[in-house]
Amino acid sequence: MAVIEYIDAIRLAMKEEMERDEDVFVLGEDVGVKGGVFTTTKGLLEQFGEMRALDTPLAESAIAGVAIGAAMYGMKPIAEMQYSDFMFPATNQIISEAAKIRYRSNNDWNCPVVIRAPIGGGVFGGLYHSQCPESVFFGTPGLKIVAPYRPYDAKGLLKAAVRDPDPVLYFENKKSYKLIKGEVPEADYTVPIGEANLLREGEDITVIGYSLPLYFVEQAAAELAEEGISAHILDLRTLQPLDKEAILTAVRKTGKVLIVHEDNKTGGIGAEVSAIIAEELLYELDAPIMRLCGPDVPAMPINPPGEKFFLLNKEKVKEAMRHLALY
Amino acid sequence: MKPIVEIVIPQLAESLVSATIDKWLKQPGDRIEMYEPICELITDKVTAELPSTVAGTLAKILVGNGETVPVGTPVCLIESDAAPQAGESSPNGNGLQADAPQHAPALQTVASDSGDQSMRNRYSPAVQQLAAEHGIQLTDVPGTGLGGRITRKDVLAYVASFKANGGAQIAQPVDENETSALSQVRSSGIHLSNMPAIPPIETQGSLIPGRGEYFIDVSPVRNTIARNMRQSVTEIPHGWMMIEVDVTNLVLLRNKVKDEFRKREGINLTYLAFVLKAAVNAIKDFPIMNSMWAVDKIIVKRDINISLAVGTEESVATPVIKNADHKTIAGLAREIDDLARRGREGKLTLADMSGGTFTINNTGSFGSIVTNPIINYPQAAIMTFESIVKRPVVINDMLAVRSMANLCLSLDHRILDGVICGRFMQRVKDNIESYTLDTKLY
Repeated sequence: MAVIEYIDAIRLAMKEEMERDEDVFVLGEDVGVKGGVFTTTKGLLEQFGEMRALDTPLAESAIAGVAIGAAMYGMKPIAEMQYSDFMFPATNQIISEAAKIRYRSNNDWNCPVVIRAPIGGGVFGGLYHSQCPESVFFGTPGLKIVAPYRPYDAKGLLKAAVRDPDPVLYFENKKSYKLIKGEVPEADYTVPIGEANLLREGEDITVIGYSLPLYFVEQAAAELAEEGISAHILDLRTLQPLDKEAILTAVRKTGKVLIVHEDNKTGGIGAEVSAIIAEELLYELDAPIMRLCGPDVPAMPINPPGEKFFLLNKEKVKEAMRHLALY
Repeated sequence: MKPIVEIVIPQLAESLVSATIDKWLKQPGDRIEMYEPICELITDKVTAELPSTVAGTLAKILVGNGETVPVGTPVCLIESDAAPQAGESSPNGNGLQADAPQHAPALQTVASDSGDQSMRNRYSPAVQQLAAEHGIQLTDVPGTGLGGRITRKDVLAYVASFKANGGAQIAQPVDENETSALSQVRSSGIHLSNMPAIPPIETQGSLIPGRGEYFIDVSPVRNTIARNMRQSVTEIPHGWMMIEVDVTNLVLLRNKVKDEFRKREGINLTYLAFVLKAAVNAIKDFPIMNSMWAVDKIIVKRDINISLAVGTEESVATPVIKNADHKTIAGLAREIDDLARRGREGKLTLADMSGGTFTINNTGSFGSIVTNPIINYPQAAIMTFESIVKRPVVINDMLAVRSMANLCLSLDHRILDGVICGRFMQRVKDNIESYTLDTKLY
């Protein structure tokens, strides 16, 4: 297996799916000629032509609307929001149309659209290039949401999303693009939507997270192992629907749980995960459920000290994990 | 000494995680001005010069030409011209991040400090469940958590050691300690050493061992009672008095008519019906007893609606006999029977409960001889009728055995005073004592 970067895993998934199925096409701002601002769609225009790598106007509601319409007509569009921060003009299309069409039409229509959006900060992007909008869409039945951490899952989940008959939001972490590398098989494979993945087995604490913060969690776990603290790490991979069984099994292992994500704490994925644990596992908890998340401030600051304050890092995660282990 | 400042690879572009040093423009010992380029960088996206963030002298190059390092890595050290300042970012360049791990050592000391036992008795649900499952006395388990807390792992380790030692080992020393300690303390009296040690199986009966209490949810009824009682005792200055009534004639009267009454009416003829009639007639003579306090005035009610306290084991209700002054003794007996029965069956309606102006409680029915009742807010008074007991009484300087009962009255002292209440109670007493064998029930 080749070790490749996260961004290449995403590009490869799109390329292979477009080769496999000619109904698959990409659309978004600068995805064609430029190959995407992050080079995620680089080479697709050259290989598949301008009818399958569409450069769109700067209008996210149009990107989502066109993709949703095409999907309802049987195409398999992959719409790119250049930054997830720009996704909000498309929220009405996504929440009111894509998420509801199957229900609204009593199964006559469905909408196999994939909407990719880069999330997360730490790239000196400031207010409009750093947000994590997953909590905005999280409580919407009818949407599936995935947020891969490893390149393996980035590729497998994107392929699964393209083949899924319903709308899938695909949140890729932009800081992970070049930072996270991992083994990815060359053969065709998918990662099932709705299944979490155990990253590391441990005895003392359970850490549940998704996307980039798991990088810090894994680093911290390796260092804490030297202190005699062993961490059980669960990668949610899919945020909607949550893999409840995996969450409960992972928490049962240690009775102590820390939930980590970059999106801010209030109303985030961690709130729902902790509610599930509280509902199902009260009598197996050995410590209060803990959350380590972004602070409840309006947005990621642009100034470097502010950005560092906002972002999670290995030290912050390690301290929280140690605190829970010692509790 | 001049402070040494690190120059790190900055975040030159979004999504950039590393950069390569193309060529150093300055060498150790060279003078460097603020923002002066010190080296050239190559990245995936851009080629750029790296400017110095301080003025000073290049002290040491940490990353050589052609090397690729992650963003944030220090590439050189510069001896800064600036005077040393407290709070200047430390050489590890993690100014803000450095704050985060500072708590960690403190935590460790807390945890390892065996002196702090503040969390010793705080058991998590997991610990309680495991202890119940394995029949463990948590007091025997050493706690290694924060503040001496027993963690889930502590219990599991304790269970494991218990099993490893064949079960008996752990239990044995505990028992021995207990018996020796007890026999030393108790040298006489009950031999506690003969008492069987409490088997763990019994302590887990409640599923949460070690709890000496359990909780009852406050029902809506209980809540209402609590609210009314509190309102009454906090708002109303209660006064209290008691008088003694000779009910011998009443007893004779009731004994004479009760069987026939039962046959005719199908219900019991209780003493309460007579007492009610006596009280209602007294209220007619002293209407102020039938009133309520309204801060700048006293509202006297024309209708005499008697609230009757009807108790069950869980609660008490006060259904109302409306216009009690219009009713005969038989009519009151019928109302009492109806309200008491429906009260016990829990079938009283809100309409049954409202409009009361004076409360009477038949406390004698539960054997009491004196009570100090709480006024049924917002009424002005409440009267109780206590147990009838036979007692030697002096009448005309002669001893006689008479059936006696007490009447107690709690009064709103804002409205009522001793004299008026004394007269009222005297009137009730007179009314009761004037029952004769000829008294008509209808």
